[in-house]
Amino acid sequence: MISALPERSVHLERAIRVRRTLTNHLVTGLAVLSTAIVLVPLVAILGYLIYKGASSLNLAFFTKIPAPVGETGGGMANAIVGSGIILAVASAIGIPLGIAGGVYLAEYGRGGLLGNLIRFTADVLNGVPSIVMGIAAYGLIVVHFKFSALAGGVALAIMMVPTITRTTEEMLATVPHMLREAALGLGIPKWRTILSVSLRTAMPGIITGCMLAFARVAGETAPLLFTAFGNNFWSFSLTQPIAALPLQIYVYALSPYDEWHRLAWAGALVLIALIMVSVTLVRLYANRGVIKGGH
Amino acid sequence: MTQPNPVTLPTPTVAPAGKTPEQPPPDASKPIQPSEIRKFLQERSSGRVVDGSFGGLMLVSALSIFVIVALILWVLVHDSQASIHAFGWRFFKTSNWDPVNGSFGALPFIYGTLVSSFLALLMAVPLSLCVAIFVIDICPPMLRGVIAYLTELLAAIPSVVYGLWALVVLVPIMRDHVGPVLERWFGWTGLFAEPNFGVNMFTASVVLAIMIFPIICSISRDVMKAVPIHQREAALALGATRWEMLRIAVLRNARIGIVGAVILGLGRALGETIAVTMVIGNHPDIVKNLFNPAYTLASVIANEFTEATGDLYISALIEIGLALFLVTIVVNAIARLLVWAVTRGSSTRTA
Amino acid sequence: MGVDIRVENLNAWYGQVHTLKDVTLHIRANQCTALIGPSGCGKSTFVRCLNRMHETNPIARAEGSVRMGDVDIYQDATPVEIRRRVGMVFQRPNPFPSMTIYDNVASGLKLNGYRKKRVLDEVVERSLKQAALWDEVKDDLRKKSGASLSGGQQQRLCIARALAVDPEVLLMDEPASALDPVSTAKIEDLIFELKSQYTIVIVTHNMQQAARVAERTGFFLMGRLVEFDATDKLFTNPSDKRTEDYITGRFG
Repeated sequence: MISALPERSVHLERAIRVRRTLTNHLVTGLAVLSTAIVLVPLVAILGYLIYKGASSLNLAFFTKIPAPVGETGGGMANAIVGSGIILAVASAIGIPLGIAGGVYLAEYGRGGLLGNLIRFTADVLNGVPSIVMGIAAYGLIVVHFKFSALAGGVALAIMMVPTITRTTEEMLATVPHMLREAALGLGIPKWRTILSVSLRTAMPGIITGCMLAFARVAGETAPLLFTAFGNNFWSFSLTQPIAALPLQIYVYALSPYDEWHRLAWAGALVLIALIMVSVTLVRLYANRGVIKGGH
Repeated sequence: MTQPNPVTLPTPTVAPAGKTPEQPPPDASKPIQPSEIRKFLQERSSGRVVDGSFGGLMLVSALSIFVIVALILWVLVHDSQASIHAFGWRFFKTSNWDPVNGSFGALPFIYGTLVSSFLALLMAVPLSLCVAIFVIDICPPMLRGVIAYLTELLAAIPSVVYGLWALVVLVPIMRDHVGPVLERWFGWTGLFAEPNFGVNMFTASVVLAIMIFPIICSISRDVMKAVPIHQREAALALGATRWEMLRIAVLRNARIGIVGAVILGLGRALGETIAVTMVIGNHPDIVKNLFNPAYTLASVIANEFTEATGDLYISALIEIGLALFLVTIVVNAIARLLVWAVTRGSSTRTA
Repeated sequence: MGVDIRVENLNAWYGQVHTLKDVTLHIRANQCTALIGPSGCGKSTFVRCLNRMHETNPIARAEGSVRMGDVDIYQDATPVEIRRRVGMVFQRPNPFPSMTIYDNVASGLKLNGYRKKRVLDEVVERSLKQAALWDEVKDDLRKKSGASLSGGQQQRLCIARALAVDPEVLLMDEPASALDPVSTAKIEDLIFELKSQYTIVIVTHNMQQAARVAERTGFFLMGRLVEFDATDKLFTNPSDKRTEDYITGRFG
């Protein structure tokens, strides 16, 4: 025989239920609101950047060096070329070291203490402020070779190595172990197995990782402040100060001249375009899957 | 053992079916002797030397990570000796930064870095968690990809572009619209006092918050997703509302990782240089007023390094760099350990 | 053409786990030898010891004597040298997805430095014919990737790949367990064809399969070789009670 519940307890139950429902709705609303708060300015930022940049961009931007102060016209051609040279130096050092390091971690150092230490150090190194890399390159190269493209390249290379090492390792780890066994079972030596099976299968992912690292350092300013130093004229030498796109944007943005502000916006748009291309490519690739072939 | 075996044994001499008649027996079709291939393979070296050198080369490349850390440390320690010897620990306790007169006190930069990072976290963490919750649970699947893409984009935008935008767009807004409102409503706290030129601690904190939001959000998302789905289902099966399910099953389990994500965001905020330098005002003051210009450890290096005259000046700046390096290493190490403990080390996001 | 294998007191460990205990047997040349037993009994480990694949796991260890012909594979040769003389086909097909069908079959030769194109062409054709795959792929040799074939075709591709290096011994670790019955039948036909040229060792869960293709069969249980005898005798009149229990389905 079920006795009727006392009135008070029914009210209490209802009150609790209402409170729980309200809390739930509140949190849901908060979450939606937050997302809107974040997304709207982001889209606004991007839109504004594209608008300002597009209206400042013209052909001269890509072909001319900066005009003397006060004159209009001029561009950042030397900065674009300079960035290219610095990035070439950085990639020449950073990509091979990074990929080889990733190969070690994935193929030789899977569970060992050394492997874990290297892995951890690389992750921590990724969080070090880039200006510290600039100081290191300053102390190592600039004091001997003066401000130079070489110093800038080294500073950026130091940033690329830990990133590329970890992404290469992750991509190699997705190669099924069965493939390595198949190759070893055929009597193919380990080094050849790594090159022709592991690396070959993971290559699209590894290239993506390198692209990401490249795009990331392409936009870095701080490490170049006192390594590459900047240059208002053409320079193709590795041992002379050289212009770089982010560096130029920084200097021009802080200047009081409208014309230089215009150039800064144009340069920012170029950088954003580079970033958007690489992020989009990475997303597209990630959705297609790691291993090609198969249905 | 004498029982007849229940397994029926088909006679092995049954010719296997399916052999196509037009297929010639393998022996007759090949002109090459099998032994040529066998001989070739037997004569090939087993590649031991190459294997060893290759492995050694890979090891050396991996060790370059340690070399990099060692080189950075060496430069920082070696080149800051002059300043360390001249000032000792006083360097971090005095607040008089006057290079012209040879006095170097780094306290204002510590203050600036800590306050701006703390404020940025205050603004970014709640937003990040709310958006993370939205994405993993409430959001329709189509939108999920879009938000993830936008978050990645946000994380990849270079610092100088943020700085440029902040300088031209955010600073006037702070100065002309947000500032007066804050001053009217909260001026009594002493945190928001005139004059406000837009380039100040507060603006820098807002920019920092925008910049660290993506990393906190995406790693929080990762750790929340790593919570096994049966935990969520168990909570729902007990009659929990969505928020209760998230609180009991997801947030509780992921809280270590979320703390890790926050600390990673902190690490990023501590070291952020260019965007901060462009909007913080670069004035070594220690005041409560958030509308006052300020200075951070990273900003002073960026701002003054190329114009530093004299070995002591440069040495002081490098000592600041050393402090920054050690602090960010420690903070990041702690954060990585926490995140690793939850996601088992699979995340390498640097964004 | 094939070679015989004499195993004496083979012991193997994975870390601390003693997976093979004092295994001794004689695998005769140009015959098919089947190894049966319940899951985890060590038969796969045993087969992997025959081409020293067991060692690819850093915590694995093996002791004892394995003589292939007159060569002690642990004392007188390096793992790479042994693996070039012994072909292996795995439980799940594993063709290289980044290579074409042609390159897959030729990989054992090309990646070991063999360059003569004409000979490679002939070897690829011969191996694919031996594996009964030639007619199905001969037009797509260089166009399709190894991973774009069906499961049964992939496994036959792996067999062709193993045969291309002209091994003396062919090890097959449950080669048909992941395949449908039609493909399984085709592979059993292959084994029947091939055993006159090579020494074949096949691990199988399927006792009927062992009965169909093998002259001799060994029964493994918990790391030990319990019985090793002519196939008919093992299945109709086993000497050990444990063998009989397994065959009659009392366990496993």
